[in-house]
Amino acid sequence: MSYEQASHVAQTWGLVLLAGLFLGAVLYALWPANRERFNRAARTPLDDGEGDDR
Amino acid sequence: MAVASFRREWGADALGIFFIVALGAFCALWGAAHASDRAFAVQMWTALAGFLAGGAGLVYCLGRAPGGAPATKYENGVVKAGVFASMFWGVAGFLVGVVIALQLAFPNIFYFPDFGWTNFGRLRPLHTSAVIFAFGGNVLIATSFYVVQRTCRARLAGGLWPWFVFWGYNFFIVLAGTGYLLGVTEGREYAEPPWYADLWLTLVWVVYLLVFLGAIWKRQEKHIYVANWFYLAFIVTVAVLHIINNIAIPVSLAGWFSYSLFSGVQDALTQWWYGHNAVGFFLTAGFLGIMYYFIPKRADRPVYSYRLSIIHFWALIFLYIWAGPHHLHYTALPQWAQTLGATFSVMLWMPSWGGMINGLMTLSGAWDKLRTDPVLRMLVVSVAFYGMSTFEGPVMAIRAVNSLSHYTDWTIGHVHSGALGWVGFVSFGALYCLVPWLWKKKQLYSNALVEWHFWLSTIGIVLYITSMWVAGVMQGLMWRAYNAFGFLEYSFVESVEAMHPYYIIRALGGALFFIGALIMAYNLWRTAAGGAPAHEREGDVPAIAVAAE
Repeated sequence: MSYEQASHVAQTWGLVLLAGLFLGAVLYALWPANRERFNRAARTPLDDGEGDDR
Repeated sequence: MAVASFRREWGADALGIFFIVALGAFCALWGAAHASDRAFAVQMWTALAGFLAGGAGLVYCLGRAPGGAPATKYENGVVKAGVFASMFWGVAGFLVGVVIALQLAFPNIFYFPDFGWTNFGRLRPLHTSAVIFAFGGNVLIATSFYVVQRTCRARLAGGLWPWFVFWGYNFFIVLAGTGYLLGVTEGREYAEPPWYADLWLTLVWVVYLLVFLGAIWKRQEKHIYVANWFYLAFIVTVAVLHIINNIAIPVSLAGWFSYSLFSGVQDALTQWWYGHNAVGFFLTAGFLGIMYYFIPKRADRPVYSYRLSIIHFWALIFLYIWAGPHHLHYTALPQWAQTLGATFSVMLWMPSWGGMINGLMTLSGAWDKLRTDPVLRMLVVSVAFYGMSTFEGPVMAIRAVNSLSHYTDWTIGHVHSGALGWVGFVSFGALYCLVPWLWKKKQLYSNALVEWHFWLSTIGIVLYITSMWVAGVMQGLMWRAYNAFGFLEYSFVESVEAMHPYYIIRALGGALFFIGALIMAYNLWRTAAGGAPAHEREGDVPAIAVAAE
């Protein structure tokens, strides 16, 4: 693959792919149905089985 | 019967480790016998001693403790060992830092021409590697092992393999550190270890990844907690960075010297792609994993915004990897690549503020604890330094600012506001939490000593970074000053002379930070060794120290 081909792929499909993946992560974080799961996850360090065995 | 007990005590883990140690010992012996130079021979004898000690330790431990079901739910022993190693390397690394700071102010201090290893050039990588990789690395391995087990409610995978990671990593540190003193170096910043040490670290690191993933695989919580995401990003990315930056061809298998596969500006870019992501994924992502467990735990408050933690995690992952070229402004690197690095560096303000806001706001509803709990205060101040140093970094990455700051002590000040303030304080906070938890004590030996540590270190950091700002800006201005005839206003040595008072202030700041670490080591030792202090009356014990348990 030449430099021109590599930079063409990077500046078109590579850009779309990475921006799309990041957008997907943002949507996952903000998706309303996930709210309850994240509220529980935020308490993970507090309910990490202190009684079990530190 | 004999076979059955053999199987129980010598599981696949022990046999695998024994095979690696035996193979390593054989290679080291071969290298020592064929060594083409003295330094390599010393390195190989050191390695042989390490492998033999490792093999003997393995046999001894298996003889003492037969296998079977583990006594505790979680593997705590390797975390305790990590706490001990962290404190040892921390004290050692800070001490070397004080020595080389004094050497910059007074060049003949602790320098003996007959002993090459006392030279600044050899001690400096010893300092950087001791604090970043020995101290920081042991803190990360220990805390990641602690956190992943609690947040997944699963024991570490692999039986003895977590112990292989701990001893293997510390063996790498010893091999690399003694090598620097002998003059063995690849000359790549933060990647100085020679090719054989690099190969060994690759093996240890892959086992680390598998042990960590094993705990996640066995987890009893459906959701993987965000701290584990940060730890995982740290482990995976450091593996990629380490392997690619260290692709090298040894001149001989019986010598330490090697040539990088890359050359010229490609080599420089590979090195700083590595170098900056060592900051991004070793010193930032890994320690954010610490922040996301220990601050909520210590403050007894949930994470302020879990959504923000996900967004700033992915922002950090997508942005950091491109920022390296800002180390090569005004070099042979193409201008567009420099601009790319600077642009992504400025965009890094987003995950920086995301992490800082989330860490600080987790305190909402518990701000009063800052007054009474010096450990929590240390953790929170670390986040403030994180915000400060990651605000400063992008500014320095802008080409116009960089033209003033590059090659000056401003850079050193910037690095230390992140390293002492953020990495140091968040590690200290985590260690202060871990020791009473692991050794099952009600509280630390003395909260008063934590207060001493906190204030000595904070004053030390402030002295360090302010003196280096002044020194750095002054250097930059002196180097670029021209007189009316177009000649340079100052010779280089005049700028060196002007640094003298600031170097003394910096050494003083570093010494205060070092004394703080000594106090901490004493406090942790007394906590682990003894019960509650005799001299501290009930009224002296802040309520939080009890409540946090």
